[in-house]
Amino acid sequence: MGEHGTWFDYLNRFEGYRSLNHWLEAHLARHWKWQMFGESGWSMAHVLVALLVVIVTAWGAMAFFKGTKSADKGIVPPRTMNLRNFFEYMAEAVYGMVEGTMGEHNAARFFPLIGALWLFILIGNLIGLIPGFISPNDTLKTNVGIALMVFLLTHIYGVKEHGLAYFKHFLGPSLPLAPLMLPIELISHIARPMSLAMRLMGNMLADHKVVLSFFVLVPVLVPLPFMLLGLLVCLIQALVFCTLTMVYISMAVEHGEH
Amino acid sequence: MQRTIKLVSSIVTVLVILGFSGLAFAQGADVQAVKTQGLASNYGLIALAAGLAIGIAALGGGIGQGRAAAAALDGIARNPGAAGPIGGRMILGLALIESLVIYALIIAFLLVGKIG
Repeated sequence: MGEHGTWFDYLNRFEGYRSLNHWLEAHLARHWKWQMFGESGWSMAHVLVALLVVIVTAWGAMAFFKGTKSADKGIVPPRTMNLRNFFEYMAEAVYGMVEGTMGEHNAARFFPLIGALWLFILIGNLIGLIPGFISPNDTLKTNVGIALMVFLLTHIYGVKEHGLAYFKHFLGPSLPLAPLMLPIELISHIARPMSLAMRLMGNMLADHKVVLSFFVLVPVLVPLPFMLLGLLVCLIQALVFCTLTMVYISMAVEHGEH
Repeated sequence: MQRTIKLVSSIVTVLVILGFSGLAFAQGADVQAVKTQGLASNYGLIALAAGLAIGIAALGGGIGQGRAAAAALDGIARNPGAAGPIGGRMILGLALIESLVIYALIIAFLLVGKIG
């Protein structure tokens, strides 16, 4: 089961979109093959869906801000489940998660990063469950971007916190062990963004393929349990990504041995 | 008795490792022949590899996740009030174990993509 059409394919009716697509393909498409990655098709669908995810997140954030500027300064939650209520709930849940994992002082500092990651990944995963859309997280393109950003940020925060002595962490607890610890630490650090990206991509891709396979066999009621499983997997994978990010950053920033 | 066991097992390990290195030399000629035959005649092996990859990974993953869930359920049975935090950490542990199976699944997808 390869990629299927999305609602964005209807944009191909417009001549302007077609020529933009061809121009981008001429400049940005991948023509090389490396190792196990075969020939790649080209579609702007992932970029457009990622843009849609960003727009939805921004809209929710604006609803949240409007709530804080209302008459009671946003203390009273809304009666029904609307967008503002949903985002308020998410903000509180994520803040509780960050505070539980990183401690109080760090929580206020890293909450914007973790919250943004959580919202982007969660909404990106969930949008893949809606028929006619694909999840932007089911290719390596988006995921390696986020994972590399997290990787760079852990080191930047570590250097900010400890100065250049941060790199002494790579040498392990004692100096005679350093030649053994250094390759192990380097490999484990390099494995982190790879594993983050591949875990998210594998889960989203496999879940989508399973739902598609059952949809091809019996379109009527049978895909439903698998879509429920997909819902659960979307939530859990966003949770796992954010928890691992928090663990990596708190490990880089901690002052344990001092 | 313990020292003898340790000595014997270390000697056996060294012999096994040396034996395996002998095997590696024997494959030199074979690999060349397989490569020059081209990809099409290897479809059988590639398909077998894809099946084995996900099969063995799912085996290990299933056992690991079963143990994790069993330990979490034991903890909840001893202390039903801690069901919330224990359940949350169980989900996290399950997702991390499952990620190893997902790596093998990606390899299986890439191998299946090589066929045809």
